[in-house]
Amino acid sequence: MSGVVDLIGAVALIGLIKVVVVFVALLLTAALVTYMERKVIADMQARVGPNRWGPFGLLQAIADGIKLFFKEDFRPAAADRWTYAIAPAAAMVPSFLAIAVVPLGDHVTVGDRRVDFVIADINIGILYFLAMGSLGVYGVVLAGWASGSKYPLLGGVRSTAQLISYEIALGLSLVPIAMVAGSLSLSDIVAAQAGTVGNVTFFDGIPVLEQLQDIFSIVPNWYIWSQWPAFAIFFVAGIAETNRAPFDLPEAETELIAGYHTEYSGIRFAMFYLGEYIHVVVLSAVAVSLFFGGWHGPGLGILPWLWPLLWFLAKTLVVVYLIIWLRATLPRLRYDRLMWLGWKRLIPAALLWIVVTATVNTEGVSRNIRLAVFVVLAGLILAWVGRGDPRLAFAVNPQSGDDRGSA
Amino acid sequence: MPDSGVFEYLAAGLRGAVSRTNALPNCAFCVLVFGLSATLSYPRGSPRSCSHIATSGAVPAVPRDYFSQYITIGIFVLVGLGLVGVTLQLARLVRPNVPTREKYTTYESGIDPIGRGWTQTNVRYYIFALLFVIFDVEAVFLFPWAIVFERLGTQAFIEMLIFIAILAFALLYAIRKKMLEWL
Repeated sequence: MSGVVDLIGAVALIGLIKVVVVFVALLLTAALVTYMERKVIADMQARVGPNRWGPFGLLQAIADGIKLFFKEDFRPAAADRWTYAIAPAAAMVPSFLAIAVVPLGDHVTVGDRRVDFVIADINIGILYFLAMGSLGVYGVVLAGWASGSKYPLLGGVRSTAQLISYEIALGLSLVPIAMVAGSLSLSDIVAAQAGTVGNVTFFDGIPVLEQLQDIFSIVPNWYIWSQWPAFAIFFVAGIAETNRAPFDLPEAETELIAGYHTEYSGIRFAMFYLGEYIHVVVLSAVAVSLFFGGWHGPGLGILPWLWPLLWFLAKTLVVVYLIIWLRATLPRLRYDRLMWLGWKRLIPAALLWIVVTATVNTEGVSRNIRLAVFVVLAGLILAWVGRGDPRLAFAVNPQSGDDRGSA
Repeated sequence: MPDSGVFEYLAAGLRGAVSRTNALPNCAFCVLVFGLSATLSYPRGSPRSCSHIATSGAVPAVPRDYFSQYITIGIFVLVGLGLVGVTLQLARLVRPNVPTREKYTTYESGIDPIGRGWTQTNVRYYIFALLFVIFDVEAVFLFPWAIVFERLGTQAFIEMLIFIAILAFALLYAIRKKMLEWL
């Protein structure tokens, strides 16, 4: 019995240390990302950006936090009291919970215990990540409804429809990754991407390409090479899940003031704000783990546990930079275009890619069946595209979408 | 066991199922199905085995720290909730509180709000919610298959093609019925 107690005690202690360290690191990274976003966008718009607090304005995020902390926080008289109070927490908590299954680095050995750099290596990691994304919807829809105001309500319902639509595409885009990795655990998926692509013999006997294929011995063995369509769907749907531009319709300041958090102020607003950036960081971390080899990367002999952490942070920040770049580049989608993209493009594309991955990878399927599947798929794609040029429909008559069939 | 209570019945069935499927979830869905089928068929026979959980030979044990991972997630939830609560309470202590009547009205572009905030919304949102339920369940069914599809061979491959085709047809139907048209 005491053995069980000891075990639970040890687990709880190590767990607590991990949790606190990751939590603080995540909050700091999110604060850094708020600063990074303002600085990067300022740079892209030929402005200076924050430059008052600390060197290069680095302390801006902390200054903002302190300011919001000391601001008056009032609840509109029309608001629903308790729902209004818990909505910010409901928005923030799920956004950081998803980081629990992401492996942040290799492992270290403390005494006789192996301590992995992951909070919880559960074997349903991908499902857990998707579940936390689904829970995040509650914060937005509760905030929108509880405010007792019209703009937040519109932002809230918009957001619900948007988030659930893109959640399907997000889930389906991860099925091919589970297929090639044979596991839903993010640790397994990262482990499967170790090393380099290795010796490629595909071009043997062809003069120039034969020489060039040696380059694969230094190319890292990431899933992005074979699963780039899955990544494209995942990335677009993920940005929609985080309510980021160009999918920031729930906030849409030019239409809905600030959408679901119009009526929030002070520290509660800060929670929505920070929650969004934590969500961006976590999404980038998951994308890195699934498609870009996670923490794998070359390191030096000294401090072998440190290099994976640095690689992971660097890769994550690159993906965050991409998301910020998109905000600076793309205009916001109109609502009907948003639904069109989610339901009529991303979901069919994700289903198609699942079938392709299955056809290529299932063992023992005869060549004729594979050929037949590909012919049918190609026929479907041609039939779909042949119904009229979608780009033309987009430009000329966006109301009708592309499925009224007027070529 | 005709005279045992229904709950004992359920518990015994579930225990049997868990001891048989101790390779525990690569796939939550299968455990669900197994637990259910084992529970329903408990005294009469064992549930049929699923091809991707090894049932021959020794039953593999649950990894020792299987549940500790979930304990750690529990700690994470508690720490997170605690931090959010503490932050809210601290802010409550230090922030000013100067109520005026105008502050407590809702925002409506500077004019006094007209009517209630809870206005009617478009029924389209509801239709999307219905469609969401269908397709999200589809994704749940795909994951268990995705883990093991390589080994299942041609038959499972064809079956899954049919499953996906049916759902793709449902999506096509929704599109043709203009359910996915906004406005």
